[in-house]
Amino acid sequence: MAGKDDVKVLGVVVSPFAIRVRIALNMKGVSYEYMEEDLTNKSELLLSSNPIHKKVPVLIHGGKPICESLVIVQYVDEVFPGAAVLPSDPYDRAVARFWAAYVDDKMFPPMVAFLLAVTEEERAAKAEETLAAMAQLEKAFGECSGGKPFFGGDSIGYVDLALGSNLQWLETSYQMFGVALLDAVKTPLLTAWAKRFVEADAAKGVVPDTALAVEFCKKLRAR
Amino acid sequence: MAGGEELMLLGKWPSPFVTRVQIALGLKGLSYEYVKQDLKNKSELLLTSNPVHKKIPVLIHNGKPICDSSIIVQYIDEAFPDSGAAFLPLDPYDRAVARFWTAYIDDKFVPASAQAFMGKTEEEKAEGTKNLVTAVETLEGAFGSDAEGKKKPFFGGDTVGIADIALGAMISRVRASEVLTGFKIFDAEKAPLLAAWAERFAELDAAKKVLPDVDGVVEFAKMRLAEAAAASGN
Repeated sequence: MAGKDDVKVLGVVVSPFAIRVRIALNMKGVSYEYMEEDLTNKSELLLSSNPIHKKVPVLIHGGKPICESLVIVQYVDEVFPGAAVLPSDPYDRAVARFWAAYVDDKMFPPMVAFLLAVTEEERAAKAEETLAAMAQLEKAFGECSGGKPFFGGDSIGYVDLALGSNLQWLETSYQMFGVALLDAVKTPLLTAWAKRFVEADAAKGVVPDTALAVEFCKKLRAR
Repeated sequence: MAGGEELMLLGKWPSPFVTRVQIALGLKGLSYEYVKQDLKNKSELLLTSNPVHKKIPVLIHNGKPICDSSIIVQYIDEAFPDSGAAFLPLDPYDRAVARFWTAYIDDKFVPASAQAFMGKTEEEKAEGTKNLVTAVETLEGAFGSDAEGKKKPFFGGDTVGIADIALGAMISRVRASEVLTGFKIFDAEKAPLLAAWAERFAELDAAKKVLPDVDGVVEFAKMRLAEAAAASGN
């Protein structure tokens, strides 16, 4: 029975874009119905809720769909009371948006290319690109956290969600190819932060076991 | 504008991303210092203000830099709430819709228009044009309607919003590529709402003052194409 306040999330369990939305909802203490999508056989609901991109995640709130993970996270932040995801100061918000965009534009693409690479050369090149992005994010962590546990300060914030939702893939790179894209020597602050992130209440049970991500990656590589 | 507010914009003509910021500042009635950049010889100021991307535009507000045109536009809206109309509506769902369209413009329209025009091969250009046509058709459907079903004048509704600024700043580039390729992008027959919107947007004071003149952009584009051809040994 659909109520005006019902919340549904269409996602894929290993998708960083879906994971960040689910963690944001958990941060706000919002219960939601989660629907796992098979991207090779997309549901009618997905296709009608996100006709333009036909992608996950989609948040459906009281029957109205919201698409694009960072748009959804901002929506959740604005609609539901509870811990703030974005800071209130306009400058700090701009910095948070900058680094979240950096994760999606500069870290995620080479990481995915690394995981799907066919040749050793391509894999090496993409590893380098991803590591360069991680090095920038290590610096950003130092600046944004101001010595506190998260990019967002005392608790999970916008950038934490953007980067933390990718942790299962960074771990997969090590398990499948022996390459540590999240490297304890190169990025010690992020390595420590990652442990804190996955242990956070809101993230528990949402960041999936690496085994699932490895299986998903193997399937993608086989196609 | 409050005393002691210092705004500096690092930019370069005819970047539409810089134009976005200029339009936003103009809509808010904010004065700023425009500091022209030479991208072939980047200034110390640019390199220290945007060390990560080393790109323009950068807005420097009281010494603090903000980068990425869409982020800058939202910053201007949030940092100067009492200057002029808000670029985002109040309702969270409507805000999400506006942000969705702004992301669509950045992720689909802008790259497609760049590829259609500056693609390295005829195939690449054709793919770009195809994607651009799709983007235009999709954006044609982005205009909301009022209670009587009459279409709103802007993506933002009755007033200019973040999506209008994101796409509106592209108008000179779009017109220039229409001149150079003969291919109508904001085609009054195929995309009447968008074509009318483009005319309307370009007439706004804040836009008129800063939209680069089309002839100038045509010449600039010819120069860029020649440089690209020379670089690839054609």
